Amino acid sequence: MTLPRDDDPKFADYAHPERLVSTAWLAAHLGEPGLVVVESDEDVLLYETGHIPGAVKVDWHLDLNDPVTRDYVDGAGFARLMSARGIGRETTVVIYGDKNNWWAAYALWVFTLFGHQDVRLLDGGRAKWEAEGREMTTARPSPAAADYPVVEREDAPVRAFKDDVLAFLGGQLVDVRSLPEYTGERTHMPDYPEEGALRGGHIPGAQSVPWARAANEDGTFRSRDELAAIYVDEKGLDAAEPVITYCRIGERSSHTWFVLQQLLGFPDVRNYDGSWTEWGNAVRVPIARGEEPGEVTR
Amino acid sequence: MPVPERLQLLLEFSQGLPDLPERYAEHPELLEPVPECQSPIFLLTEVEGAGGDAVVRLYFSAPREAPTTRGFAGILHEGLDGRTAQEILDVPADFTGRLGLAEAVSPLRLRGMAGMLGRIKRQVKEKAGI
Repeated sequence: MTLPRDDDPKFADYAHPERLVSTAWLAAHLGEPGLVVVESDEDVLLYETGHIPGAVKVDWHLDLNDPVTRDYVDGAGFARLMSARGIGRETTVVIYGDKNNWWAAYALWVFTLFGHQDVRLLDGGRAKWEAEGREMTTARPSPAAADYPVVEREDAPVRAFKDDVLAFLGGQLVDVRSLPEYTGERTHMPDYPEEGALRGGHIPGAQSVPWARAANEDGTFRSRDELAAIYVDEKGLDAAEPVITYCRIGERSSHTWFVLQQLLGFPDVRNYDGSWTEWGNAVRVPIARGEEPGEVTR
Repeated sequence: MPVPERLQLLLEFSQGLPDLPERYAEHPELLEPVPECQSPIFLLTEVEGAGGDAVVRLYFSAPREAPTTRGFAGILHEGLDGRTAQEILDVPADFTGRLGLAEAVSPLRLRGMAGMLGRIKRQVKEKAGI
């Protein structure tokens, strides 16, 4: 059962308005059958401090990543997770989280790998819900187990691997890390030195657009015109051509993947989740340094 | 202990972390940042005396939106505040890995706590002149 889409006029301009809901829409539909709200944060304890009533928690480290292979859970693992959270294949899932929905967008991207049809982000995420003084609770829901089929993950349409990127050099790449990471001045994100790389810089030809430029002060997404001004007018990205986004471990870039594909309507966008921790450490792959995208030599 | 209970305990540690005393609350620049953590955290040690018997006080500052980091700080505060310099230096470097938290919060996050411990030890060494 699918819930109606949010007809908030702000969303109407986006390519896929059905991918977003406003806090007002969510407040109005909370508790309806067919809807499951998911909180997905960077901080593993934030949910425990209080969450939207009825929301279940999905943690990117503990639930979405396979603990052994550097990969996402497989079809059986995803089915187990969904079932335990009370999510069926037809369920409308609304995801929200901290830090401008950074991890919520990552979770949504992983849901996309499994072809979950109706998955939406709460525009503005946790911060906006809280700022509006809306209800929060520490009560943990115990959803009845849902029946979720084992669906093979289909990576190809939205996920790029290192070899894909090597073959793609010269194509449209977007590096969403901070400028010091892009130029090579530092080999890790500010405040995250444990996820470093041996070399600093970026993939040759990649445009620098730090991911948070897509968000307003209150954590909501910028309007379609404002987003087009950044990615199309300023950076010259061509919507008709394929794009690959990357960051350090693939989570910030899923936020930009969402912006380009779901909000601006670029038809072919893939997220390179191996990102700089893989590229910057890989043997015999080229890098570029400095503020310019750099020459592509193949 | 099941994972949800471990998380609950970590949350209690995060809530139990004392506020900074006024002399530091008004001078955050005196605290040392811990960039190993995924969220902003600052810490400071005070060492009364010198050598291994010197008594160590610990002070932390972390935002409410970072309960995991606050929880790590809370564990360190509970376990180490008021101990001697030698006792703190004797804490094994892999102590954070022995808390049984990796399953509940992931090893990557735990490295932030190891970063805090490393900085505490360095400050204590310098200030106690060991």
